[in-house]
Amino acid sequence: MLEARDLAIGYGATEIGVGLSLSVNAGDILCLLGPNGCGKTTLFRTLLGLLPALSGEVLLGGTPIAAQRRAEIARQIAYVPQAHAPPFPFAALEVVLMGRTARLGAFGQPGQRDRDAAMRALQQLGIGDLAHRDYSRLSGGQRQLVLIARALAQDATLIVMDEPTASLDFGNQAQVLAQVAALVSGAAAEGRGVILSTHDPDQAFALDARVLLMKDGRPHADGTADDVLTATNLSHVYGLPVSVETTGSGRKVCLPSLGRQSAPTMTSEAFTMA
Amino acid sequence: MGRGTTAAVSLGRPVLSLTGVLTVCLAALAFVAVMIGPFALSPSQTVMALLGQGDAQAAIVVWNIRVPRVAAALLVGAALAAAGASYQALFRNPLVSPDILGVSAGAGLGAVAGIFLSLPVAAIQASAFVGGMAAVGVVTLVASMVRNTDRTLTLVLIGVVIGALAGAATSLLKVMADPYDQLPAITFWLLGSLAAITTEDILPALPMVFIGLIPLALLRWRINVLSLGDEEARALGIEVGRTRFLVIAAATLITASVTALAGVVGWVGLVIPHIARMLVGPGFGRLLPVAVLIGAGYLLIVDTLARTIAQVEVPLGILTAVIGAPFFVWLLARGRRGWA
Repeated sequence: MLEARDLAIGYGATEIGVGLSLSVNAGDILCLLGPNGCGKTTLFRTLLGLLPALSGEVLLGGTPIAAQRRAEIARQIAYVPQAHAPPFPFAALEVVLMGRTARLGAFGQPGQRDRDAAMRALQQLGIGDLAHRDYSRLSGGQRQLVLIARALAQDATLIVMDEPTASLDFGNQAQVLAQVAALVSGAAAEGRGVILSTHDPDQAFALDARVLLMKDGRPHADGTADDVLTATNLSHVYGLPVSVETTGSGRKVCLPSLGRQSAPTMTSEAFTMA
Repeated sequence: MGRGTTAAVSLGRPVLSLTGVLTVCLAALAFVAVMIGPFALSPSQTVMALLGQGDAQAAIVVWNIRVPRVAAALLVGAALAAAGASYQALFRNPLVSPDILGVSAGAGLGAVAGIFLSLPVAAIQASAFVGGMAAVGVVTLVASMVRNTDRTLTLVLIGVVIGALAGAATSLLKVMADPYDQLPAITFWLLGSLAAITTEDILPALPMVFIGLIPLALLRWRINVLSLGDEEARALGIEVGRTRFLVIAAATLITASVTALAGVVGWVGLVIPHIARMLVGPGFGRLLPVAVLIGAGYLLIVDTLARTIAQVEVPLGILTAVIGAPFFVWLLARGRRGWA
């Protein structure tokens, strides 16, 4: 449903990434991994058609995204930004209802059917009780779930999530991650695909995702989590020794070395990248 | 279905009854305002005069002086509150007032130039209207030429620049103006007043305000989505540039029309949307009618005070500042909830 061919991305004359290709279909989870500043956000903005590609093209539903209107795009891709606080105290249900915008006319108002869809989306994520709470006063994890509910209400087949677990506590991370997995493989998956970025390679293993590992705006490796997230690749991309181990339950985890001697950890280069 | 229905009721019905209550209050307020003044009228005299019966002098006072003035106050208050609510949603900032893009500064320059050139009243009003529209036109034009990813911030900053330039030009005209004849008129205009308003003054502004309100009412859902920010609004399916332009054009038309009528009246467009948001929340579909009604009532009260508390007319801008500024501090002191 989404295909990017040999993209060069960036702002105006500033090229941030090159040689990026990917495709996502129903049932896929694609996980973008890479150090801060490697171009993940810029790639997202390009994939969403918010930023024109410098070269190459993004095809959405077989048509170049640049030729599509915002409403057409929004009916196919939903974007879940990092949980934010809006300037006004909308109710959580209103925030979710905003996901219906692309299905309304220019002067349209959400009606009963839209309200039902929004309520269903909240209930699907188990947060129906938050519907009438002030969104700006919810916790970070609750807000993130509301934004995922909004993507569900948007009824798009592809959902793009920008670090959905960033700034969440341990429990909320697991909860959000479980919902992400359910979006694609759950009973109500309805042939969805998901692209998400994360800073935690363990999540790619947990989601059994395909992984695009980026470094300095270029694809470093691309494939299944098992193939891409190797000690060698991770050590190279993040610039410190990483070991990948299998737990007793059979899940893989990535462990960075914290040893002072062995690790040339935060070099000045790594800081500039951040 | 069950939950959805509850949601519909809780989001809909109280607002309807609130607008009903506010409308009744506003009508009562307007009636009382028509009674009050140097030539005081009893309720029965007022009703008779409004019906065109009874004392001829009372009828003249009511129809030639009080009704135009009350109507003007209602129109100006409603318009400024509507424009303020729109700008606040658009710029995602509850501290924004309708002047943000320089409409007041432009209208001020237009009016001052008109007074400086000793133009007739209608021409001064036209000049103020054109000045206000032109200032915002220049701001949007310059902002569209500046290549910056943050369109909203660019607009606001260019608005500050153009406002400052218009203010400088206004000051220059004040220095050059005749200090006995023109300067008092300029000062009075820049502080806002509805003294000496006539039906002929109101008639051109009235349709302009309505024309401006129509797109705001039609776009009420999209204005909510715009308040999430450009990037998110686009991702949710809105052509942000076009929609924002329409909202700015409508809100500016409204503000410039009433500023040409009443002069520069500050604080109303900043404070009233806050009160409305406290009552019905930020959803623009509910916010707009409530802000319009409260704004109309507020300015009617202020204008009635302006013409009755002293021997001379007190400029509106002074009263709205004296009332608005402390109220705003109180809002801020209530903390984060104050944004509500």
